[in-house]
Parts: sequence; C-alpha cells; structure tokens
Amino acid sequence: MDSSFALFIVVATIASGIRLATPFLLASLGEALGQRSGVLNLGVDGVMLISAFGAYYAVLKTGNLMYGLMIGIAIGLLLGLFYAFITITLRAEQGVSGIGIYLFGLGMSDLLFQKLVGTPRPTLPFMPLDIPVLSQLPILGEMLFQHSLIVYIAFGLVPIMSFILNRTNYGLNVRAIGENPEAADSLGVSVILTRYSTLIIGNGLAGLAGAALAIEMGIFQQNLTNAMGFIAIALVYFGAWTPKGVMIGSLVFGLVQAIVLQCKSFGIIPRSASDLAAMTPALITILALVVVAKRFRQPAALTKPYVRGE
Amino acid sequence: MNRSLIGFLIPLSAVFTALLIGAVMLASLGANPINGYLTMLHAAFGSMEGIANTSVKSIPLLLVGVGICIAFRANVINIGGEGQMVVGALMATAAALALPNTPSPILIPLILIVGAIGGAVWGGIAGALKAYFNVSEILSTIMLNIVAVQIMNFLLRGPLIDPGEIERGTRIPQTARLPLASDLPILIEGLRMHLGFVVALLVAIGAYFLLWRTSFGFRLRSVGYSRDAARYAGISVRKNIVGALALSGAMSGVAGAILVFGSVSHRMVTDGSSTGFTGSAGFNGIVVALLAGLHPIWSIPSALLFGGMLVGANALQRAAQVPSALIIALNGLIVIFVVSSEYFRQRSLQTTRATPSSDDQSEADVSIISSDDEGGQNG
Repeated sequence: MDSSFALFIVVATIASGIRLATPFLLASLGEALGQRSGVLNLGVDGVMLISAFGAYYAVLKTGNLMYGLMIGIAIGLLLGLFYAFITITLRAEQGVSGIGIYLFGLGMSDLLFQKLVGTPRPTLPFMPLDIPVLSQLPILGEMLFQHSLIVYIAFGLVPIMSFILNRTNYGLNVRAIGENPEAADSLGVSVILTRYSTLIIGNGLAGLAGAALAIEMGIFQQNLTNAMGFIAIALVYFGAWTPKGVMIGSLVFGLVQAIVLQCKSFGIIPRSASDLAAMTPALITILALVVVAKRFRQPAALTKPYVRGE
Repeated sequence: MNRSLIGFLIPLSAVFTALLIGAVMLASLGANPINGYLTMLHAAFGSMEGIANTSVKSIPLLLVGVGICIAFRANVINIGGEGQMVVGALMATAAALALPNTPSPILIPLILIVGAIGGAVWGGIAGALKAYFNVSEILSTIMLNIVAVQIMNFLLRGPLIDPGEIERGTRIPQTARLPLASDLPILIEGLRMHLGFVVALLVAIGAYFLLWRTSFGFRLRSVGYSRDAARYAGISVRKNIVGALALSGAMSGVAGAILVFGSVSHRMVTDGSSTGFTGSAGFNGIVVALLAGLHPIWSIPSALLFGGMLVGANALQRAAQVPSALIIALNGLIVIFVVSSEYFRQRSLQTTRATPSSDDQSEADVSIISSDDEGGQNG
C-alpha cells in the first residue's frame, strides 16, 4: 500500500468519523444542558426516533431538507415540554419516566412509519457544503470543510454552549440550580422555569440529532437509532458535563466507529469478529464512567426533584 | 379513605388514562376503539388457548418484573433487564448444547440455574461498578445491554451457529435445534402453556418471602430506605447493592433461558437487536413492577395484564391492520403515567395521614423510587 493511498484512507476515515460523531454530539449537548440543571433525561433515544421519523416523512413529502430539520426540532421541543411537565411539575422518578419516553418513541415511530409509509423509500441525502477557500486546503480541507450544514451547526454549538453556560446569567442560573436549587431559589432564580427551559432546549437538540441522522441515512426503519440516544447520555458523563468534553467524547466515538467500518470493508477484522468490534464503544464508555466517577463529580442535584420547602 | 386502596387505585387510573389515549390513537388509525379493545380482550382472555398464550407471554414480564421489584426496593434502578436476559439465555443455550445426552430431570433445572447465573453475573457487574467505583447503575446497565447484544450476535453468527446453516450456506444466525430433553414440558395437552409459567410463579412467591420474611430481604429494603441509616445500623451497603443487582439480574437470566427453551423453534435466534430476542421484556418488566407497586405477588396479575396486551395486540394487527407497535408506544405511556401518578398518590396519602406512623408496607411503596438518600425531602 503506497503512502498516498494510506493518507487518502486516513483522511476519509477522519472525515467519516466527524460525520458519524454529529448526531451523538447534538444529542449529548442537549442532554448535558438538562443534566447541568439537575435533570436526567433517559428518553433521548425515543425523542430521536420520533424526530427522525418526522424529519424523514417531511423530506419524503416535500423534498426539502430544511423542513425535515425543522420538524425534527419541533417534535423535540414538544416532547421536552411533556418530559419537563412529568419530571418537574409532577416530580416523577427521572430514570423510569425516561424509559417510558423511550418505549413511547420506539413504538410510536414504528407505528407511524408502518401506517404512513409502509415500505422503506429513500430520500435525498444532505449535500456537502464546501466552505469557500478552506475546503480547497490540502488534507485539512477534505477532513474538516467538506461536510453538510448540520455538521457545522453541531460543532458550532460547542463554543456557543460553553459561552452560555460559563459567561451568561442564564448559564450561571442553570449551573446553580443543578448544584443547589434551594440556594438558587432563595436568590430569586426560578428553579421550575429554568429547568423547563433546559429540558425543552435539550430535547430540541435531541430532535435535531434524530432529524440529522434520518436525513444523513436517507431512510427510516424500525429502531433506526439502535441505542444511539443512550450512548449520547453516557457521553455526557464521558465529557464530564462540559460542551468541550462532550465534543471530544463524540469525536472519539465517531472515529472508533469509522475505524471499525473501515477495517471491516478492508477485511482487516474477520467478519465474525466485527460484532465484537462493535461493542468497543460501549466498553470504552464503561471504562470512561469508572474514570470520570473517580475524578469528576456530577451536578449535586442531578435526578432530585425540587420541592420548595414550606 | 383506606391507604392501600389509594395505593392501588391511583396507579390503576393511570393505566386507564393511558388506555384512553390508546383509544384515541386507535380511532385515528381508523379502527373502532371499543371493538379494538374487545378484540384484544377476547384474544387474550376469551378462550383457553388465549389464556395459555397470555400466560406464556407473561413469563418473561413477570420474572423481569420481580427482579425489578427487588432492585428498586434496594433503591437501585436496573435498566439492564434486556442484557441480563440475553446473557442468561446464551449461557443456558451453550450449556444445553454442550450436554446433549443429559436426561430432562437434570438438564432442565441445570439450564435454568445456568441462566440465572448468567443474568446474575451481568447484573452483578453493574452492582460492583456502582458499589466500588461509584458508577451510576442506570448508565452501566444500559452499556452492558449493548455489550450483551454484540456478544449474542457474535456467538450466534460464529461459535454457536447451527452447523447446518454453514453447510447450506444460508448462515441464518441461530443455534441448532436444542436437545429434546431441554424442551420445557407442556403442561396442558394442545396448548402452549409450559413449565416456565410455574417457575415464574414460584419465583414471584419466593421473592415475596425473601423480601419480607428473611434478614437478607430486610437488609436490602433498609438500604433502599436510607443508605446512611443502613450504614449506621451496620449493614453493608455495598454488598447489598451488588446483591440486589445480581439477584435482579438472575431473574432476568431465567427469563431469557425460558424464552429459548419454551420457544416454538427451540433454538436461540438473533435479528441483530435485543428487542428481537426479548420483545422488550427487559424494559416492559419495569412497567409490570411499577404497576404492582413493587410487590412481587401483585406482579403476577400485572404481568398477566401486560402479557394479555401483547397477545391482544397481535390479534388486533390481524383483525384491524393496526401495527402491534401501538402496544409498545402504549406501554411507554403507561410507564410515564404510572410514575407520574406517584405524585397524586403522595398528595392523597398526605391528606389522609393522621399521624406520621412508621413502616407499614404501603408507606414503603411511596418513597421507594425516589432517588438516592433523599427520602426526607418530601416531608
């Protein structure tokens, strides 16, 4: 194998790793926001599934990818409102109600697909959006600047979210109610409203993640996400609740997947072992959880419903 | 009003609310909701055959549900039922394939025990990660589900595949026909009801005695009430967390084994996902346990109800072309409504409570699925 070919493979693998990381990144940024405010949302996968179907259906009917993205976000926002009502107003146990949302999404998306579409029909995929000048750079251009719009949106959100969390009043409030809601409440921060907002925005991002996935794949099928939403939740722990950490985690995940896919296509990994290779992301996550649990502390109020003391 | 009556009526009305929404969904799918539900009811409970099918469907739900009761009583959230079922089933399958000439009376107890061990190991890993490394069991069990599925795909496509599939070149990822001696005996001639149902009932009754009649159960529930109080009383919180998850996993493991040895094909097959094997029983068992108020005995009718819904859903799909995915969505809504109803239950209990009396069972139900060590917050 000569060196220019090897370089080509490396560049292609990294580019596909970035693309594969995108839905994880969007979903886990949303989850991180909710967790920073003290609410665990285990329903991400269900939200992604319904949004993915909504986006797929919108694109199938209109041929317009933007409608797909917007429908995906809208479904996420609505489910976020619903989840916020259950866990904040009714103070339901967060782990279990999230599983409820997951099952609802798993069934509902399949039901809608079977009723409205039936047999799988492909839709248009994203067109890559080359960034002028930068995309012409050797190597880096192909790796970083020849992606679809959604990839730039996802990675662009990382500094924006860092800024909001660390440099704005709103971000300070979010972090305060995630650590000590009683104290924040006594200073006049509305715990309820702030948590509603983080969950609605966070699920909106999960919806966008689902939409991005469906449009990227150009198809919908039962259980399209295949537990991606759950991995996105683990990535929040992996990234120690910071947008930057979450991004690194998503990239690691995307790259591992890309490398596994690449090895499979070259037959480096025997076919029979590719199932074992497919479990590496989950194993890495378990290891990361052990390390993170030792070195970082989760938001102190995570999973605890807030009840104003009388 | 009577407390335990409230404790029962409120979750039940949550289920009815979900079923009402289901009726709206049926109507919007173009099916008459009343006829739809009647079709389901008739298919599930209207004949001996229906009741037998419902019982068979309820076996994994009951076993996983009882395991969930145990875990949640110790205040650990086990979301790994799916993976524990898969690992239990794989180990039991491998054992049966390795011992083809063992007589039934030895082989059947053996494979059930091996299944239990497989599930217990898978649950125990999550327990150890929580107890000794402080890793949230919610996350580790989810990750272990993913790992288990890949192990299943690997084994059923490679080492455990039916040699016939390789000869024919079809390569369907399934095992050979398991030894006849490992078939779970049919209880009633001509119906599908098999020994697994009796096993599940016995496990449920056993779990009740374990939780309320043994010191192990007492320690487990103490840890669930308050980790700090248990620690001061000299109870090892770590050991009980591992124990609760291992025991809970063992029951899912048995459920997985029964799913294989009580199946029609008597093979273990994969479609690449865990749902394809478990039918989401690892998650639906959570619904069963919640509706039962985390009580193993109440889990029996609860599992029969949900088993009946699954049987009914298949009938509905045939009769009215309503995809059976409707029932998965409906189960999700039931979970959501039942956990949300906890809020109303607590409120009505607070208004009827004369004195803040100590630990009778119905009160234990109230705070049992609140999160870590914060029972005092709701006062």
